[in-house]
Order: sequence, then structure tokens, then C-alpha cells
Amino acid sequence: MAARAIWKGVVHVGTLKVPVKLYSAVTNRTVHFRLLHKADKQPVKQQLVSSDSGESVEYAEVKKAFPLTRGRMVLLEKEELEKLEPKDSRDIEITRFVNLGDIDHRWYERAYYLGPDGDAKAYFAAAAALERKKKEGVARWVMRDRAYVGALRAEDGYLMLITLRHAEEIISADALQPPGGRALAAREVEMASQLLTALHDEFDPTQFHDEYRARVMELVETKAAGKKPKVVKFRPKKDTDDVTDALAASLAGMKKRSARG
Amino acid sequence: MAEEDEDFEQPGGLRSFWSGTITFGLVTVPVALYAATRSRGVALKMIGPDEAAVRRRYVCSKDGQVLDADDIVRGYEIEKGKYVVVTDDELEAIEPRKSREIDLRVFVDVDGIDPVYFERAYFLVPAGGTNKAYRLLAEVMEKNKQAGIATFVMRAKEYLVAIIAENGILRAETLRFADEIRKPEDIGLPKLAKPPAAEVKKFENQIAKHAKKVNLHEFLDDYTERLEKLVAAKEKKKADIVRAPAETRDEAEEGGGEVVDLLAVLSRSLGGNAPRKPARKAATTRKKAPAKKSAGAKKK
Repeated sequence: MAARAIWKGVVHVGTLKVPVKLYSAVTNRTVHFRLLHKADKQPVKQQLVSSDSGESVEYAEVKKAFPLTRGRMVLLEKEELEKLEPKDSRDIEITRFVNLGDIDHRWYERAYYLGPDGDAKAYFAAAAALERKKKEGVARWVMRDRAYVGALRAEDGYLMLITLRHAEEIISADALQPPGGRALAAREVEMASQLLTALHDEFDPTQFHDEYRARVMELVETKAAGKKPKVVKFRPKKDTDDVTDALAASLAGMKKRSARG
Repeated sequence: MAEEDEDFEQPGGLRSFWSGTITFGLVTVPVALYAATRSRGVALKMIGPDEAAVRRRYVCSKDGQVLDADDIVRGYEIEKGKYVVVTDDELEAIEPRKSREIDLRVFVDVDGIDPVYFERAYFLVPAGGTNKAYRLLAEVMEKNKQAGIATFVMRAKEYLVAIIAENGILRAETLRFADEIRKPEDIGLPKLAKPPAAEVKKFENQIAKHAKKVNLHEFLDDYTERLEKLVAAKEKKKADIVRAPAETRDEAEEGGGEVVDLLAVLSRSLGGNAPRKPARKAATTRKKAPAKKSAGAKKK
């Protein structure tokens, strides 16, 4: 089934234009619950109230305020806030092209597929060129009153746009001191490396399934049928500093397993 | 160290909200988890006509009764208007027996993970009495550019996760499950068509012309900047300045330094101090609606 485009725009690559449609490349399959009133099992709704008087407040009456120091704040009118919003546009501007891998994956937030909006020739040419040059573009655009920074990439011959997090959202590991302690024994490092090598494989996401999601649905169905669900308890593991023994035992275990085939 | 524990009560996601063990082979690494990203922009406060802070409360959509956290349960809609109630205890009971364990059974090349999969990053800090296993795992993964892959359950949701080491520090990067990633054919994109070579060349020329290094300044959100300018201008003119309601005050006095605080908390946790007691049961910390759990209610 074809999906619906969520937005339309034009990618500007220097002097070239690629009209595109935007489609979400990811879906969220988490089980969603509603909050209910315990007594009558009816959905709840949210209400705004003054924390002073407890009287309910209409959304239209609410003002936004920015907290300042010394117990003060500044009120911001709706019109003032609207003026701060970026100007609507259909342009996806590519500001630069960088080597694949130069943007750390931690910046990536959410992926969208782009599809051609008319000019398929330009679309596939742009994808092919990105692939051949092994580059990705840094894109800027405004969608629904919000400014985005993204990465324009080729993905199996198609164009993909991945929104990037804003700089202030990321906390860098460089700002932190790694935990210290006595130098690690070369033998332990060696054994741990061996263990890693033994467990090395290609990344195959299809091997992993959201089993908990399935269990939640099972629970819902059990209860819907009027049956009682089972209860299990968790017992924590003890941790040990004896890394060498654990490594040796792990490696021995792996050899036995592979010998058995 | 009761005083230090107080830090974890601060708002703004500074607390560790999960602790457990990473295992590889028979080696266990006790860890606690902290957010490595924070929400974007500045949180504006809502103020009512009486200039008091506005808060949200839940009421029943049918009889309008004002509800406390204790009056609220979670339900799954099995048919229109008909719900099956599911309790926190029931959700906890179906968690896998080893839900406090991130069992790394496979290690992959960090570069081999398609960026589409990455969702969110968390820092892992040593949580046990010893950090040796932690440092060992970080060292060998970083040296070999490997990521450990596992699934684990946290707050009523299962996560696929890549454990990555950088600068001697372990991070857990949650990944999307394969069935949450769409393919071009799922969307109905047209079949791949070979573009004319001349057309490709035109794009290649433009790419070459605009090839540069990454500039992180481009990733800054200028909305926040514009907002801060507006605020500074109004403060200077003394326009629309009012007294902040007591409950919104603390955060401003902190200087809005969520990042600084988080860094401080993380630094201390990494520093090998006394083990922390993270992730207390939600019920004993703050009264809150079950919506706070991640499997929680749909946002309206």
C-alpha cells in the first residue's frame, strides 16, 4: 500500500532543483495505552488550572513566560512568539556536502524517504551522484513552523533525508572524564578481545524482535478473555571483580559450543 | 551520602532511571543509565490570567471528576470505547526474567549499523563497587570499533540497543526494530530508474563544488537564540516583567544550566565515587500519573 506524503518541497543542490515528496521512513510500533478513570473506565482528559486558585483556565487565556533570575519572569505575547517562528518555505537548501561518516550517528534523529515529485530524472540523478561521490548533503528547511537541519543521503538508489538533532541537545563524551583505576592487565584485554572476536557478526536487525510488545498484547488478550495473568519475580545478579575467571570460563564455553558444531 | 542523593531528585532528567548489568560472556558490568541528549529549546512557563502558574490536571471525560494519580489506570482499547485495564504490576510481571540485564551476544562493526536505526543515546556509568569490567569492555570495544547488540526492557518497553564505547565511556544507543523501518516499496516509491549520465554528472559537479567540512554551527537552533534575544530586549526595557510564581523559581535560579548539571552528575558518577542508588520506584519518588511510563498513554 502506498503511503501518503507528509510534505512537499524542492531540494536545491547549487543551481539544480529536485522537487520531492517527504515520507516517514520509520514507524513507532509501541503498544499505546489510554489513561482511564479507575472508577468508570472512561478516558481521562487534561485540564489547565491556576495553581493559586485551582480554577480552570482556558488555553486561549494562557500566557507564556520566560523565567529570569531573582524570582522574576518576562511575559511573552502570542504575537511576539509568532514573529520568532521561521518563515514558511518549500525550499530544502543544501548548504554543503560532507564525506559519509563525518556526521556522527548521534546527530541523526528521524529518517524520511524522499520520492520524486514530477521530475524523476533529476531525483535519481541526485541519488546516483551522492552515491558515486560518497557524500551526504547538509540540508536546512522549514516544515510546519519549525526549522530543521538534516542530512541528505542516498539509500539504495533513493534519496533519504534524516533530521539532525540541534547542537544544544547533544552532550558530548569529550566533556566527560572516563572512569579511572589501576591499568588493565594485558592478559585480560587480550582475552576480552578474543571474546569480542568470537561473538563478532554482521549487524542483522531482523534477528531481533520486540518480544515484550508481543507479551503486552498477549496480556491484553488474556485479560480481555476474562482470564488471570501469571506473575513472575526478578532476582538480581551478583557482580564480581574476578574478570579473569569469567573471561576464561566464557572463552572455554564458546570453544566447547563451536566444537559441538 | 544522603546529600549527594538529593541531586537525583532534581527535575530535568538528571536522575538515572535504569540500572542493571551489561553482560558479555560470563563477565558482568553493573551500570546505571543517564540521558545523553536533552530536549530542545527553552521550556516556557504557562501563566494564567491571575499571573499564577498554570498546571495540568486530569479529569474524567465523562463525569468531569478531578482525578489523582491513584484514580487513574491504563487501558488498551480493544474495541471502540471498550478498554482492558492493565496495571503496572502486570506489566512488570511480564518483563523478561533478565530485564535488568543487557546481554551482549553479538558484536558488530560500529560503521555497519545503518544510521536509520539510531533513535536515542544514553550514557552508561559504572554502578557497582568496581569499574574494572566497565573499563575493560570500553577499552576493547573502542579499540576494535565494535558495538555490542542486545535487547532489554526498560520502563515497560523493550529496546534494541547498541552499546558503543567512546573516550573510555560506554553509551547505549537505542535502535529501532527492523519492523519499524519502512522500505521504499512499503511507501510506494517508483521503481529505480537509471538516470542519464549527463544529468548525474551535473549533480556530481555541484556536489564537488560545495564539498566542505562539517560545521557544527549549522546545527545550532536559531529559534532559541531569537527567543533569548527577545527576552533580553524586554528585560532591558523592563517590559512585562512580573514576579515568578514560587514553583517556577528554582529553575531560573539554577541559571537554566541543565546541561551543566547533567555534566556534573555524570562526571561524579564516572569518578568512581560510592555506588549510587538510582531509579527508585516511581511510587516512592513523586506522585505521578502512569502516563510517565513510556508505554503510557497516547499524547493528545
